[in-house]
Amino acid sequence: MYRSHVLVCGGTGCTSSNSQKIIETMEAELKAKGLENEVQVIRTGCFGLCALGPIMIVYPEGCFYSEVKVEDVPEIVEEHLLKGRMVKRLLYTETVTPTEIKGLNDTNFYKTQNRVALKNCGVINPEDINEYIAYDGYQALAKCLTELTPEQVIQIVKDSGLRGRGGGGFPTGLKWSFTAANKADQKYVVCNADEGDPGAFMDRSVLEGDPHCIIEAMAICGYATGATEGYVYVRAEYPIAVARLQIAINQAKELGLLGKNIFNSGFDFDLHIKLGAGAFVCGEETALMTSIEGNRGEPRPRPPYPAVKGLFGKPTTENNVETFANIPAIIRKGADWFASMGTEKSKGTKVFALGGKIKNTGLVEVPMGTTLRDVIYEIGGGIPGGKAFKAAQTGGPSGGCIPASLMDTPIDYDNLTAIGCMMGSGGLIVMDEDNCMVDIAKFFLDFTVDESCGKCTPCRIGTKRLLEMLDKITEGKATLEDLDKLEELCHYIKENSLCGLGQTAPNPVLATLKFFREEYVAHVVDKKCPAGVCKKLLSFSIEADKCKGCTLCARKCPVGAISGAVKQAHSIDTSKCIKCGVCIDSCKFGAIIKK
Amino acid sequence: MLKKISTIPFKDTAEQAAKLDAVIAECTPDVSKLMHVMQEAQGIYGYLPFEVQQKIADGMKVPLEKVYGVATFYAQFALSPKGQYAISVCLGTACYVKGAQEILDELSAQLGIGAEECTADGRFSLTACRCIGACGLAPVMTVNDDVYGKITAADVAGILAKYKD
Repeated sequence: MYRSHVLVCGGTGCTSSNSQKIIETMEAELKAKGLENEVQVIRTGCFGLCALGPIMIVYPEGCFYSEVKVEDVPEIVEEHLLKGRMVKRLLYTETVTPTEIKGLNDTNFYKTQNRVALKNCGVINPEDINEYIAYDGYQALAKCLTELTPEQVIQIVKDSGLRGRGGGGFPTGLKWSFTAANKADQKYVVCNADEGDPGAFMDRSVLEGDPHCIIEAMAICGYATGATEGYVYVRAEYPIAVARLQIAINQAKELGLLGKNIFNSGFDFDLHIKLGAGAFVCGEETALMTSIEGNRGEPRPRPPYPAVKGLFGKPTTENNVETFANIPAIIRKGADWFASMGTEKSKGTKVFALGGKIKNTGLVEVPMGTTLRDVIYEIGGGIPGGKAFKAAQTGGPSGGCIPASLMDTPIDYDNLTAIGCMMGSGGLIVMDEDNCMVDIAKFFLDFTVDESCGKCTPCRIGTKRLLEMLDKITEGKATLEDLDKLEELCHYIKENSLCGLGQTAPNPVLATLKFFREEYVAHVVDKKCPAGVCKKLLSFSIEADKCKGCTLCARKCPVGAISGAVKQAHSIDTSKCIKCGVCIDSCKFGAIIKK
Repeated sequence: MLKKISTIPFKDTAEQAAKLDAVIAECTPDVSKLMHVMQEAQGIYGYLPFEVQQKIADGMKVPLEKVYGVATFYAQFALSPKGQYAISVCLGTACYVKGAQEILDELSAQLGIGAEECTADGRFSLTACRCIGACGLAPVMTVNDDVYGKITAADVAGILAKYKD
């Protein structure tokens, strides 16, 4: 029996800022003080508040230490764990009030969240199946196998209103029923953990923080659809997730929760991990299956749909990690419970990965229908540095952006589609006034050109032409006619591409054109980049009245474009200037302006 | 995507060859394990030279064209060796909006090489990578297994200095 538990985040974000070393140091310190049998150190999954990592929580007090460094560990052990005095300077400031220490769930970041898919992340040790079982783990699978028929399981999932969390939003129960309806000697369940949307990391966090929940859900899906084998296709860039999933699979096999005759029900289910190798298109379901088969991950035309002819030509159900993560809770608590959260057509919760120009970067899970304003200002803590919010990008390279004027739109599948945006996997990148929307569109097109598999012409050549047109715009060489051509080409690519990658690739361009057309016009007509990002359109100059003639900028300039005598106002020779910005960074008086 | 193909002559040790043979033997004839074999091979050699691709093709009895096709399709497979210190700059969206491109430009200027290239002395190689998922630390770069987060272009020289000797 331990008197204290120290939970340290072992997600990728905190591991990158040295949480593993913190755990090792803490264990060594505890041992040195003879406390190793009184205090237990547990490496958990992601807590969500990645901006403040590495994160540590000490129970029973529940006190929340943030940005902990290895050097802080001896003090925590000596003061808190030995003498019982909290180390106030390390407590997350928001939890400290003059009278008391608040718990995690009373902070702005956590209080409006509702964790279903992330329920166990940051709570249990993901490498110990007993902790998962203690939190109701594998009860849903037991209930399905011993009390429910496959048809009943599918009905519950249908009634819950759960829709695919990978981006498409297809009703999950319906998808399962299609596979179940097909007779075959072998069927498969595939979990899509090829989280390619740059800036989204909820799937990785679920696999790292609660891998058993995915195993349980896949086994339930196998039972419901008649599949006995499953594959988890994970990005190779996620080594921690892969390692924990493998540990979890081994533990489940040892306890008979995977393998032959699970719960004496006669149902067999086995699970394999397949590593991706870095191809965005493999997030598309048919491309993913082609990749599992050992080929170049090119998509296949549909129909036939995977429910008829999927992996190795057999009926296959494919769902994304976050979709699966909701399943055990739906079975345990019932369809009505799940359907009570969210909006009319989008039930339950959604995990968002907050990133970019926002204070509390991290993972948040909120009921569908929460407004963007609440997510960004209430939970996310707003924009740092007093800058103005410009837009939030959702859906990654397939999505669009939400401008400030639409911040009060309740976020769900249909509302986002209606404004020309997309839920996508849930990446939510916040941009402020310093970001150029044309540059952002170009960034995503650069990505899709690189990731287009090349199988179909509209995507392979069309996206390349789009990128060239955007280059022209950001270099100030475009005409207004080009903007119309740009839009026309976008629609052509959307209508004629083979798979989701091409069909959605023009979205970032269309959305920015729709909401920030004046910014495109400024590039084309005025030859200016209002945000000051597109280098070819910038010119640097020195304001004579602010310049003190300190000569620092002239010495730093790599091309000798700045001249002027000591204590005299300097000037920039724009024909020599390469617009690198070193002068702005070096000037202490704010005398250099770019516009 | 276009990949740079190495012109450095291929060398291997008996130990490396034996490891690769074992992996091929273990996975043949299941061609769905081709990617797994290639990932293991890259782990052994650090990249996938033509000779290794040929060996995999012969061993697993698949056409070389297929092995080469898979190697060029996926970003993870390298056809050129990496430097002693492999530098990777995350160009995921969260890092990009926080100035990752400037970090990459600065590294490129200081090392005198572009992305996906290696310095002549084989010390540093530079890659622009996809999101590594440490968005809370944006912008992020990694040098082998060391992670540097919340950096600016001004930090680049100091980080490189740690690996210069």
